[in-house]
Amino acid sequence: MTTLAKPEEAPAPSGGASFLSVRDLQVRFSTEDGVVRAVDGLSFDVERGTTLGIVGESGSGKSVTNLAILGLHNPESTEITGSINLAGQELVGAPRRTLEKLRGNTMSMIFQDPLTALSPYHTIGRQIGETFRKHTGASKKEARDRSIEMLTKVGIPQPQTRVDDYPHQFSGGMRQRAMIAMSLVCDPDLLIADEPTTALDVTVQAQILDLLKDLQQELGTAIILITHDLGVVAKTAHNVMVMYAGRAVERGTVREVLKAPQHPYAWGLLSSMPSLAGSVDVPLRPVRGTPPSLINVPAGCPFNPRCDFKEGVLGDRCTTERPEISPATGHGSACHLSVGQKQDIFIDQIQPRLG
Amino acid sequence: MNDQLTLSKADGPSPATPSGEPLLQLTGVQKHFPVMDGFLFKRQVGAVHAVDGIDLTVGTGEAVGLVGESGCGKSTTGRLVTRLLEPTGGQISYQGRDIAHASRKELMPIRSEIQMIFQDPYSSLNPRQTVGAIIGAPMEINGIKPAGGIQKRVQELLETVGLNPEHYNRFPHEFSGGQRQRIGVARALSLEPKLIVADEPVSALDVSIQAQVVNLLQQLQKDLGIAFLFIAHDLAIVRHFSQRVAVMYLGKIVEIADRASLYERPRHPYTHALLSAVPEADPDDNRERIRLAGDVPSPINPPSGCRFRTRCWKAQEKCATEEPPLVQLSGNVAGHLTACHFPEEPGVAGGRDVVLDPALAAMEDEAGAVIPEPRDQQD
Repeated sequence: MTTLAKPEEAPAPSGGASFLSVRDLQVRFSTEDGVVRAVDGLSFDVERGTTLGIVGESGSGKSVTNLAILGLHNPESTEITGSINLAGQELVGAPRRTLEKLRGNTMSMIFQDPLTALSPYHTIGRQIGETFRKHTGASKKEARDRSIEMLTKVGIPQPQTRVDDYPHQFSGGMRQRAMIAMSLVCDPDLLIADEPTTALDVTVQAQILDLLKDLQQELGTAIILITHDLGVVAKTAHNVMVMYAGRAVERGTVREVLKAPQHPYAWGLLSSMPSLAGSVDVPLRPVRGTPPSLINVPAGCPFNPRCDFKEGVLGDRCTTERPEISPATGHGSACHLSVGQKQDIFIDQIQPRLG
Repeated sequence: MNDQLTLSKADGPSPATPSGEPLLQLTGVQKHFPVMDGFLFKRQVGAVHAVDGIDLTVGTGEAVGLVGESGCGKSTTGRLVTRLLEPTGGQISYQGRDIAHASRKELMPIRSEIQMIFQDPYSSLNPRQTVGAIIGAPMEINGIKPAGGIQKRVQELLETVGLNPEHYNRFPHEFSGGQRQRIGVARALSLEPKLIVADEPVSALDVSIQAQVVNLLQQLQKDLGIAFLFIAHDLAIVRHFSQRVAVMYLGKIVEIADRASLYERPRHPYTHALLSAVPEADPDDNRERIRLAGDVPSPINPPSGCRFRTRCWKAQEKCATEEPPLVQLSGNVAGHLTACHFPEEPGVAGGRDVVLDPALAAMEDEAGAVIPEPRDQQD
């Protein structure tokens, strides 16, 4: 019955300080209705050659975190505090020039919808080459050759002719491949993929995820994969962070988080997903209610209005005291339940449902 | 090669429905959309073969799932069933009456019995109407005067779908995505339909909310005995919801079977590929791994013979010349029909690795030569 897995080290930790290290990141937007605390005290690390999967519902702050890393937020209305350290360089408060040099070169991004992320006015080859020319000063000819090389690498058939095509001439899967080619053209060390496969069909999604995985093995890129699908994370990520209301509620290796989750929200996510092998006669067990507004985050644990396991905590700590993620490293969760309680609840109540 | 023994279809074009009389029967239904070109004088230069001859039955109170990739014609099928579109060929019979080319007038009484739930809860509700007006409109249009008045009935419906009856006077923008989808469900229920066509009803919702809506639909199906045609691309959700599942590819049904048979003993290579591509939240997942090359071909000019052959790893000459019929293969239970000349062995056991994608194959061959990976190479 117990299939709790042993903690497993993430592959290839490069030793020393992490490649990307985010500490106590806070992102706030001022809006007409009040201040939106999109990210509220988030810390995580990503090592070279590994993938961190960030999972959460819409509005949990996963995309905002990554826009803050890339410096793509609107500086007029956004307040960012904390620290984002990329290979020894501090990005919070860094001048625009510095970020421009890093973007596309050291860190790059794959967006969710390739049709809106690509310019309809320029050819695919030109869009891929533009990044390359900007950062390396290469000639048009060199950039074109590089574009063809990248298109070959991501598996576009007949790259020599396709390089002169416009985005509308590509299918959805090919556009996403072109996006990947564009983001990898300067061999970045950090790749942020924001829901890279949500707009794609399952068979194409599987191709793209495998492609990212294989490219990572070849190039040693660190990847942050943002998704709402735990299945995608299970396939591609080494480490997982579950976000809720702008905070990390659970983090650990893929095996730890998916096989022995500790946070009630992670339990809810897992038991609301039907599986291909599970029993079909039991109804799914969704998380009650709806995600909270980030303008008016519930006091104490932000998950407390939707939590079914509050009675396990003595007193009213859930509604008054915000739980910190503990332990500070390794597999941890932000919940007031004791480690033993979490383990018992998961084994007795949650695991049987997962089938 | 595989067993070529195929049993001929026992009873006409439709498989035996396990539960009751067929409520809805599609026979050879086609929908071709014309492609026009030319300046001043438009002429037809081709046709999008969106749905190209499908046979499907839905029994009373039965939930039938329809899965496939985008562009395979599953949504068009849903629109044909509700007669929002007129088929270019074939028959749609509802309770024994052919409604394929029925006029507006003839359709009037049937419209109220076949309802639809749309994919996007944001664009399928009129933002200028209150929830009460939205849910009450179908009753007003059809001249139905429920006992106690329309408002009372709407409030009952709101309660049925898990919303607060006091929300009667609110506007759609005051609700979240999941709640809006519940409003859409309440509207579909207002005429007490016999068949609901649910076109991707949960794909626009967050994971935790998806489960809430799926549970609601399942509850309604059980309690009210409504038949469902559940259209989705998520195989796990379709499996959870439907008793019978049809897999579509480029306008054709390539495999249809009851739930257990389709998911545990799939025969069509495409079904295998689809199932192997579903990401499961289990790091120890060791199902077979099949990676097709490229995307679905254009339905304007579909491949000859078997339409899947351009992406199939078992395709031979026969597949290009001869279109495989949708028949019951030997070793399959009754009602499990497959359209394939060279079907796969039943089962989705792990260990097998079919990689057709050129980029993946190239990189994995290279990697395989340097670092011995635990991943199995292609058979």
